[in-house]
Amino acid sequence: MSRKSYRKAINEALHQEMTRDANVIIIGEDVGGGQGASGEAGEVGGVFGVTGGLYKAFGPERVLDTPISESAIIGAASGAALTGMRPVAEIMFVDFVGVCFDQIYNQAAKFRYMFGGKAKTPMVIRTMIGAGFRAGAQHSQTLHPLFTSVPGLKVCMPSNAYDAKGLLISAIRDDDPVVFMESKSLYDTEMEVPDEAYRIPFAEARIAREGKHLTFLAFGPMVPRALAVAETLAKEGISVEVIDPRTTSPLDEESILESLEKTGRLVVIDESPPRCSMASDIAGLAVTKGFRFLKAPVGQVTCPHTPVPFAPNLEDEFMPNPRRIEEAARAALAYG
Amino acid sequence: MQLSRDDLKRAYKSMFTIRAFEERVDKEFALGNIPGFAHVYLGQEASGVGVCFDLTDDDYIGSTHRGHGHCIAKGCDVKGMMLEIMGKAGGLCGGKGGSMHIADMSKGMLGANAIVGGSPPIAVGAALTQKLKKTGKVAVAFSGDGASNQGTTFEALNMAVVLKVPAIFAFENNGYGEHTASSYAVGAPSIADRARSFGMPAEVVDGTDFFAVHQAMGRALERARANEGPYALEITCFRFLGHFVGDPQNYRTPEELAQARGGDPLPRFRRGVTEANILEDGDLDAIETAVLAEVEDAVKEAIAAPRPDLSTLEKDVYVRY
Repeated sequence: MSRKSYRKAINEALHQEMTRDANVIIIGEDVGGGQGASGEAGEVGGVFGVTGGLYKAFGPERVLDTPISESAIIGAASGAALTGMRPVAEIMFVDFVGVCFDQIYNQAAKFRYMFGGKAKTPMVIRTMIGAGFRAGAQHSQTLHPLFTSVPGLKVCMPSNAYDAKGLLISAIRDDDPVVFMESKSLYDTEMEVPDEAYRIPFAEARIAREGKHLTFLAFGPMVPRALAVAETLAKEGISVEVIDPRTTSPLDEESILESLEKTGRLVVIDESPPRCSMASDIAGLAVTKGFRFLKAPVGQVTCPHTPVPFAPNLEDEFMPNPRRIEEAARAALAYG
Repeated sequence: MQLSRDDLKRAYKSMFTIRAFEERVDKEFALGNIPGFAHVYLGQEASGVGVCFDLTDDDYIGSTHRGHGHCIAKGCDVKGMMLEIMGKAGGLCGGKGGSMHIADMSKGMLGANAIVGGSPPIAVGAALTQKLKKTGKVAVAFSGDGASNQGTTFEALNMAVVLKVPAIFAFENNGYGEHTASSYAVGAPSIADRARSFGMPAEVVDGTDFFAVHQAMGRALERARANEGPYALEITCFRFLGHFVGDPQNYRTPEELAQARGGDPLPRFRRGVTEANILEDGDLDAIETAVLAEVEDAVKEAIAAPRPDLSTLEKDVYVRY
């Protein structure tokens, strides 16, 4: 056990899984980096340094630098997965799935079912999510609701270093395609993380904070924000439970409903537009399966229904921020 | 590459099985026994069989929406295919795939693919596995002229060269992408030119001539198995029928359709082997009789078979909500 960043935890999971299983390979843009350049290859290790050192440790046949060709990256990963490898493909920013979505949702996600259970596609798609970096509308999205809605895909949204490592190891050992969404804003956050390999099962939510008056349900990069607001409200004697589902598909409905039964009030905090979102999905869950527990309407703190704006003040307001989370909490508590 | 009498019989059997199977699909579709839609491979038999002839079960192919011929050429079970196409229990994909999604991993058949341009990137991945595991095996991406215009195909061609994988791109140019002529839709002088421009050897092959396809594929295989990288074939052939079964084809003249039928690979093969006195008409007739009986059995069994059990609806996907 030692203190590690979210970035380091992911890197360590990749390193350990590649050591354990020769079929695990990494494929993507600049995952090693520097191919064909005047300097040494492998110096980049991903645009945010997450795959740093792996090229040098495992060589060009295990850490495959590709052209900027997302369809070919995902297609090659799924074809390799169908034939015995366990590829970890990287789509640098999740926004780039726009150019390869066919290979994800029409191909990889469907093989097992469409081929009558006779094919398996053990692959991971690592990708970065999140606004707040002044990166504009095409490098800042989250898009997890998109993947969550696709049968055949599993979706992880780790909110801390410990979960990132354990979920990634589970994802690599899983026989289905897993979309692993890394929050840019969390790469430098640190915590105690075991040195050895461990797995966190899917569909097992984490109670990030126990409480009794109100439940916050937050995803990925919104979990630290939800915890911060819970801390603020605690000073007024308001006890907020914070649930981190960790995977959006499969989803741990039971833990969400248990918390709702306890508090009767629910606010969903999610960094994505409001329609057909995790916020609307969880509200639907609360109404269809937890109606009898509800003491107030389900609060939804989401982004507005807009692309991600560039100007810093607009982007800060676009994201679910502490002020909006607190307002939603007070509205839920004041009801009835 | 000298082919033995048994090889030639095997080639003819495979081509005639495709012919008989597809003619029967055409008929059964008209009778209402096949749900959805179907795209038949009639006229292109020498291409699929020529390409797959020297492949083993451990070599892989990815296919297209017009994939029945590729399945048969790769050794998929005809009965399992007919059950699948009719949406019956016991089909190769349990009735969950259908005509456009027949797959059989045990035969190295990675699936017919209903997305035009869907297979080339996947074949690059299957080829990557062969390279990394040093199996000496290859992966073939069957595509049509239509898929040669897709961005996924361009990405796959480039990636195959960059990663130097044993991928073979078999572009079957049957003159039409759906209802639009390739002479209109393919901007380059040839698809082979296009592949060459990505940095791989490519050749144009007469797809009505089994021997020409088989020999060209031999050159592609030699290069791929020696780990020298990818290869492309543009296989020109004729699509006897429409884009889908039932397509009235009012965009093609009767003269053109007659000309297409003139490029029939089966009589050409028969003439070639009988005039050279390698096989006799009787040998080929016996093959046809046996194949017709096999297809008849497959159809009878498929018609009589039950639909998949409703309990399979939510099987083979990880979670139900």
